[in-house]
Amino acid sequence: MDPIMLSRIQYALTTIFHFFFVPLSIGLVLLVAIMETLYVVKGKEIYKTMAKFWGKLFLINFAVGVVTGILQEFQFGMNWSEYSRFVGDVFGAPLAIEALLAFFMESTFIGLWIFGWDRLSKKVHLACIWLVFVGTFLSALWILAANSFMQHPVGFEINNGRAEMNDFFALITNGQLLVEFPHTIFGALMTGAFVVTGISAYKLMKKQDVEIFRKSFNIAIIIALVSSFGVAFSGHFQAQYLVETQPMKMAASEGTWTTTEDPAPWTVVAFIDPDKQESTGEIKIPGLLSYLSYSKFSGSVKGMKELNAEYQQTYGPGDYIPPVRTTFWSFRIMIAAGGLMIVLALYGTFLAVRKKLEVAGKWFMRLMVFAISLPFIANTSGWIMTEVGRQPWTVFGYMTTEAGVSPNVSAGMILFSTIAFTAAYTVLGIVMVYLFVREIKAGPFAVDKPEDHDESADPFGVDGGYSVVTK
Amino acid sequence: MNRPIRSAWMEVIPLSLSELWFLLIAVLFVGFFFLEGFDFGVGMSTGIIAKTDRERRTLINSIGPFWDGNEVWLITAGGAMFAAFPHWYATMFSGFYLPLVVVLLALIGRGVAFEFRSKMKQQRWRKTWDIIIVVSSALLPFLFGVVFATFMKGLPIDGEMQLRAGFLDIVNPYTVIGGLSVTLLCLVHGLLFASLRTVGDLRERALKTAQKLMLPLASLLAVYALMTYFMTDVFAVRGWALWIMVVLGAVALALAAYFVRQKREGWAFGMTGAVIAIAFASVFIGLFPRVMVSSFGAAYDLTVYNAASGAYSLKVMTIVACTLLPFVLGYQIWSYYIFRKRLNEQHHLEY
Repeated sequence: MDPIMLSRIQYALTTIFHFFFVPLSIGLVLLVAIMETLYVVKGKEIYKTMAKFWGKLFLINFAVGVVTGILQEFQFGMNWSEYSRFVGDVFGAPLAIEALLAFFMESTFIGLWIFGWDRLSKKVHLACIWLVFVGTFLSALWILAANSFMQHPVGFEINNGRAEMNDFFALITNGQLLVEFPHTIFGALMTGAFVVTGISAYKLMKKQDVEIFRKSFNIAIIIALVSSFGVAFSGHFQAQYLVETQPMKMAASEGTWTTTEDPAPWTVVAFIDPDKQESTGEIKIPGLLSYLSYSKFSGSVKGMKELNAEYQQTYGPGDYIPPVRTTFWSFRIMIAAGGLMIVLALYGTFLAVRKKLEVAGKWFMRLMVFAISLPFIANTSGWIMTEVGRQPWTVFGYMTTEAGVSPNVSAGMILFSTIAFTAAYTVLGIVMVYLFVREIKAGPFAVDKPEDHDESADPFGVDGGYSVVTK
Repeated sequence: MNRPIRSAWMEVIPLSLSELWFLLIAVLFVGFFFLEGFDFGVGMSTGIIAKTDRERRTLINSIGPFWDGNEVWLITAGGAMFAAFPHWYATMFSGFYLPLVVVLLALIGRGVAFEFRSKMKQQRWRKTWDIIIVVSSALLPFLFGVVFATFMKGLPIDGEMQLRAGFLDIVNPYTVIGGLSVTLLCLVHGLLFASLRTVGDLRERALKTAQKLMLPLASLLAVYALMTYFMTDVFAVRGWALWIMVVLGAVALALAAYFVRQKREGWAFGMTGAVIAIAFASVFIGLFPRVMVSSFGAAYDLTVYNAASGAYSLKVMTIVACTLLPFVLGYQIWSYYIFRKRLNEQHHLEY
């Protein structure tokens, strides 16, 4: 295989895996912070138990998110060194600021939060978890500022064959960032909320620690409701921004080969043939695409063939059409998952407010358990659409993905690292799910009973010994 | 592309912005090795001085609140290299591909091991994560030591700024001695940190082991300094400045040995920290103004001038860094203050 394909595969795998954990961390830490706030304000021990229980799950998840994040930073230099040379001046700055502003904050205050229950006053301890939330929030902001530059490059000029920053303010007020950040954050909050409602529903079905999980469900379902609407609206604005700045991505995600009639219909499903450059068997909703693109029921949307011809004039000969089927279907999967979550959040809130949650029958609870997968599906397909839809560009209009790869790294080396990271990530994934299930089954009151005996074995001792010390 | 960047206010501090960023990155790396150095050492020491599971947990908990924050120094140094010296970042990270794969795997394993090990009581579970902690805590300083040693010795960097290193360019007697020196230095530094944060037997054992390791450490560092004198050009380039560092380093190490003997672990810890700081500062002093030395000749060197970002970018970054650093340092110091007390085995342990 060639190094470019392998680097792409590695980037996709490691990024998708990393992005399972990031949104869940952001979402969970907000819920933990809310629960601890209720504890400090109301003084009821139950909220502390809740914060500690969900906090445990948060910490397991956070650990995996942190370690997989380090790889993300190194990867640019390792696999994409030409990209790094070309954009380091602009792209490196948000990454450095992310570390300085967000990572230090997260890591220090998470340490204080875990180990500080007995050493800090209630209010200071509470402030720590909120600062962790602020840290994750800022981290997302800066990493998306970097990503937005790739989608819609602003605030720079080309000097000596490199992109050099000339307007930092433009970089952080990038229109792409302003639509991408809210959408991602709402998605993250929704992820945390659906995980908590799903697990709570499971425990309520089993009638275990009912009070704790009813309260948890109620808090999380409100976040789910607010964020699911937030996701939908911010997604709508993002789509409109796409039509303006990356029409090719929009056309590909619609499977639109030729410029549409006016008003433009929205395609629900289609068979796409990238070789013949046509779509067949389409089911269409009239006028909807015009509305999604321009907030009115008129106006046509440009097709890929026309756009490709335009791009060839601007950027020279080449194929500027991204992998259409991937873009088209990931967009639809994202929307379907998002739509389902809105319905579930609405109905769940209705039940919670009417205090009919447990009477509503097991089917809804069971549905909520399955719904844990929905935000992950939506997050992943959303990113696939965003990143694959930008191809062949890595920095839109300025550098193709192929040009960014490291020239001095062989295919064998990338293959080796891809296998090594995939193996490590598979183990991590399995262990994490296992620990998650274990903590959930054990429940909130399985907190560290004092150990009456100390099982000890020294794997490095002379005897490789095993001894049990009874106190 | 050779364009030292100077602006008016720089008259006060006689540094161009790219020189200032070289200094900042040096400080970040020195800070990283000083801080993560002791948690690497404590990680290794769990396989050496802990006899029971409870003792091992006590050791891990002694670095529990800090190791993650310490690691961010490395991430920040990486980010700062990316932003301030894109060519340095790109050349180095793509050039050291395979060692970095191992570094990443070790960082991943070590990070989750701390979080995962105490989640279950089964012997096999804990043993597995314990081994990962010990191995990765030793492997990481070793690999970093090897990589930093190659910086001084020079590497095959071509006219395209591509590093095309073979196995022997990276692994050779000089770099292996460098790697071993860093590993042992971190181990002693970590043992002293452990003796600062524990009581009783564990503390005694940590001190005693540190004391035993002082002579081997001194010999290893002396060999490394000698090899550096004969095998690299840094003494020729920097002359007296490096000699001063060598003398300071020797004095700090002697003081560390003295304080260990006196059982004043706080001072001893400070002194091993000083040795680490002096050692890594020497690397950067020896390199400057180069960031990577090419074995093909000085024309191919990456320097703070030809590897740097543009003036505007450096200026923005300088303002951001100067604004944020005081806060970062402030709350990090505060967190060390909060967890200043010694841990004993009766304490509630989180990890």
